[in-house]
Amino acid sequence: MVSASQSAAPAAAPMTGEQRKWDIDPVLTVEHLTMRFGGLVAVNDLSFNVGRGDITALIGPNGAGKTTVFNCVTGFYKPTEGRTVMRHGAGLLQDMVDEVTAGGLRSIRDGDKAVFLLERMPDFEISQFARVARTFQNIRLFGGMTVLENLMVAQHNTLMTASIYTIGGLIGLPGYRVAEKAAKEKAVYWLERTRLIERADDPAADLPYGDQRRLEIARAMCTEPHLLCLDEPAAGLNPRESAELNELLQFIRAEHATSILLIEHDMGVVMEISDHVVVLDYGVKIADGDAIQVKNDPKVIAAYLGVDDEAEIDIPEVRKDLEEVEQAASDEGSAS
Amino acid sequence: MEYFVQQLINGLTLGSIYGLIAIGYTMVYGIIGMINFAHGDIFMIGSFIALATFLILTTVFGFVFLPVVLLIVLIVAMLFTSAWGWTVERLAYRPLRGSFRLAPLITAIGMSIVLQNFVQVTQGARNKPIPPQIQGGITIMEGMTENGRIAVQLSYMQMIIIATTVLLMIGFTLLITKTPLGRAQRACEQDRKMAALLGVNVDRTISLTFVMGAALASVAGLMFLLLYGVIDFYIGFLAGVKAFTAAVLGGIGSLPGAMLGGLLIGLIEVFWSGYFTIEYKDVAAFSILAIVLIFMPSGLLGKPEVEKV
Amino acid sequence: MAAGTPTAPTASNRPQGAQRALEERGDMPPAADHRTSMAGSLRDAATAAFLVFVLGFFFLGVRSDIAPGGLTLTFRWGLLAIAVAIVFGARLLLNIFVFRTARPLTQRMGGAISAQGRAFPNLGKWLGRALFAFAVILPFFFTYFFPGRERQYIDLAILIMTYIMLGWGLNIVVGLAGLLDLGYVAFYAVGAYSFALLAQHFEFIGFWTALPLAGLLAAFWGIILGFPVLRLRGDYLAIVTLAFGEIIRVVLLNWYEFTGGPDGISGIPKPTFFGLEFVRGEGGFADFFGIPFHNIHRFIYLYYIIFILAIITNLVTLRLRKMPVGRAWEALREDEIACRSLGINTTNTKLTAFALGAMFGGFAGSFFATRQGFISPESFTFLESAIILAIVVLGGLGSQIGVVISSIVMIGGIELLRNLGFLSQIFGPNFEPTQYRMLIFGIAMVLIMVWKPRGLVSTREPTAVLKEKKRIGADMVAQGEGH
Repeated sequence: MVSASQSAAPAAAPMTGEQRKWDIDPVLTVEHLTMRFGGLVAVNDLSFNVGRGDITALIGPNGAGKTTVFNCVTGFYKPTEGRTVMRHGAGLLQDMVDEVTAGGLRSIRDGDKAVFLLERMPDFEISQFARVARTFQNIRLFGGMTVLENLMVAQHNTLMTASIYTIGGLIGLPGYRVAEKAAKEKAVYWLERTRLIERADDPAADLPYGDQRRLEIARAMCTEPHLLCLDEPAAGLNPRESAELNELLQFIRAEHATSILLIEHDMGVVMEISDHVVVLDYGVKIADGDAIQVKNDPKVIAAYLGVDDEAEIDIPEVRKDLEEVEQAASDEGSAS
Repeated sequence: MEYFVQQLINGLTLGSIYGLIAIGYTMVYGIIGMINFAHGDIFMIGSFIALATFLILTTVFGFVFLPVVLLIVLIVAMLFTSAWGWTVERLAYRPLRGSFRLAPLITAIGMSIVLQNFVQVTQGARNKPIPPQIQGGITIMEGMTENGRIAVQLSYMQMIIIATTVLLMIGFTLLITKTPLGRAQRACEQDRKMAALLGVNVDRTISLTFVMGAALASVAGLMFLLLYGVIDFYIGFLAGVKAFTAAVLGGIGSLPGAMLGGLLIGLIEVFWSGYFTIEYKDVAAFSILAIVLIFMPSGLLGKPEVEKV
Repeated sequence: MAAGTPTAPTASNRPQGAQRALEERGDMPPAADHRTSMAGSLRDAATAAFLVFVLGFFFLGVRSDIAPGGLTLTFRWGLLAIAVAIVFGARLLLNIFVFRTARPLTQRMGGAISAQGRAFPNLGKWLGRALFAFAVILPFFFTYFFPGRERQYIDLAILIMTYIMLGWGLNIVVGLAGLLDLGYVAFYAVGAYSFALLAQHFEFIGFWTALPLAGLLAAFWGIILGFPVLRLRGDYLAIVTLAFGEIIRVVLLNWYEFTGGPDGISGIPKPTFFGLEFVRGEGGFADFFGIPFHNIHRFIYLYYIIFILAIITNLVTLRLRKMPVGRAWEALREDEIACRSLGINTTNTKLTAFALGAMFGGFAGSFFATRQGFISPESFTFLESAIILAIVVLGGLGSQIGVVISSIVMIGGIELLRNLGFLSQIFGPNFEPTQYRMLIFGIAMVLIMVWKPRGLVSTREPTAVLKEKKRIGADMVAQGEGH
């Protein structure tokens, strides 16, 4: 079975662990990540790489700890143990990683290159400096603000600098006006890409569900991230919206220097667009490889049991029900 | 040492009163998640009803046997104050159920202003003293200091207050843990919508929560009246804030926490007055509140809250 | 109770009144229902009357007063009976015409009002302009049309304007940033005491030098107090700010050597007009400009000071709303976690809101000190915080014009009671309308909130527009700390 998968994946032909693309040029490295809540071990000694320019999927049954990994990477939880390295600039940058780790620093910068230890940084700095953006499983938009305003808030730090920490803007320096115009243009760019331009002046809470999901992605992209973390971006989307989402993600990867890490239940989406799939079960990594490899991994099939067969069920209602049950269960899982 | 024990007794007495009021705050916060700002004034209403009943019984009907008088006063105060608690909920909070968070807070503050000024207008602004009713006590410790003999007194009044509080607490805990009403209440705390779907009468349960809170506050009101012998329309504010502090200190939503918090606030206040300055006793209580909230936001016995992302 | 997820305005976080009205319109067959029957109305009114009897028994029916031999009782069964009768009648009328009819009066009237609102979408804007224009000419309006009583009216205008300014200051904290502050009066006190103490200890400090200092000191205190508490959520933040407000008041009350304790500080200097004092004779304001001296000049001057201070507060707020920091405040109110995921330093953002609100409170405080000439801790009780918060919430969180309207209604309306002397002819010579001021204030607070839980002006104006400016309905806007 394994050999079959190898032959079907020519890009990853010599499958000796060390030489896989994401191990050679990772944008994010998670090493020995462990997260405990009291007695509960949500994530246990997890290590994986996210390749630069890749779309990496983090999958696993409900309650496997996927969202916890996201929360650790983006700084919303402080991991109990482990190291999370974010790299700007190609290669492993091993010297810089060692230096920043040994020096007890949060980050180190050398020209264009920079290394960040995310577990040492507060959440907002992870977005601001390490340039990791994220979306949320249960969409978190600024519902009472317009779509455009949502995207302007996302460019807070750029605008803050341009307004010389408000003072310049308050007394009406031209620099701020220019920056605001540029920010609006960037917002318009992403609104066009996500086909939300017609709704720009509507409150975000007024948008239908699928639009809200896309708006959240547009908002995250306005922070110009190096790594975009998407928590179940296809949840609740209909097949057409799902296909559009795939296009959007591929566009982001192709046109912007943004790598993507996503949690997803929809195997269709995962298999179609992922370069690399990491499978989690009960907080432990059980598989790590490209889509086909993972799909045929007996451990993965065992972990998913019936859930894997979901793809075979072609009655939309049944699928929807299944998804809902899953959604509810995973909501509960993330709440605990 | 003797001084310390005496302060300890005084602190526990005061703390019992705070604890009884704090239960009202904590229950309401638990079930509908709002600070019932008017609760301190319900306590004040309770003490005024107790006063009026007491005066009617003694001067109009000429009752003299104190235990019977106090028992009647207690029952009347609990009943009538409950009616006030029910009305406040019905008028100011129920119409806003499901509305946004600040609205009931503002009506609560409004209700607090209404109750205070209603009592001021109808009963006058001057304070109402009554002569001490229960005197005497037992000496439980004696000792010598450089200033002469010092005796630790446990007055009958203090005994009654502490005993009543303990009895009420036991009864109340049984009510919450063993009866269908208590179960309905806990269900509403967890998830009001689901409880309603399962046939719990949510409105009635919430009303009863206010009624119970008011009844306990009226007991505290009666005790306050007997302990200090003087009340006015403004006693509710400070007692209310302190009791809320107690509820938060103990972990809001937790009944034993409210009692524990009440006792702690009482002790802190009394010891601060006894050993430092009496003027800054409120500062001490409020500072403790701030410190506890900053370093232990879920209070002493509250459940820690995990941030949902 | 968390106020629902901000992103999904489901039925659960819509005002219940509207929801109920919807349901009733949909489901209720008119007339045939027992709820609309006369007997039902009577029974309901009787229940209400009985309740009032129970509630009023010990308060209206009985009154205790201090007498030489201890407390004496007076019985006022007549008063109790009147109250019960009034409630019975009022409830019956309400039942017949509003609660238990197929076509409530309020619905018909409400329909007419909202139709008007739709017809004039720019009503708020024009109302704002009209109010502004009136505020500019206000002192002259009153001196011209109400000679002899102008001082009283200008004084009231100063009072209202002070509350408008305080409301605008607090609006930054509560309305925009969504941080519930129940101790705002502390900063008002810091401002007032800063000026009073500075003036007491340093001869050369006048109002205009002290004003910025007082604002800075208040902002400084805002940061000091805000830093530890701003990570607390919602109600906890509220209660800690309340505690801080009380701590400051108790300290002012007891630190006799420094603050004068309950005696307060008197002899606070009056503001000067570019060095000119408002006094009779040589070197005074009137003398310099060659006009006859009149006491009212000083009041007019004070009015313009607070007017300009308030306008500055408003302009700064409006301007900041369109700046990154202002947008971050509102975003913070909507969803703090999303803010953090976008790289916004929420602690700093909250602190700026807190400090800025405190600064405006401090300005208002030092104005209060110079206007009164005397301050004591009495003026800085929790009630004051509650009134300011009520003004902000009743006006509609985040709405600048709402603050103006609710200040005029609440403060102006209450002060009107002072002029109701004629009522004593109806209720007897002992009737004093002013003692009912706060009672009516409280009732108004409850009624307005129940009537309009989102405040009088509840739409939000977007801060960035691409094509067309659309107002955002209140049910979309989060109230902060509700996650």
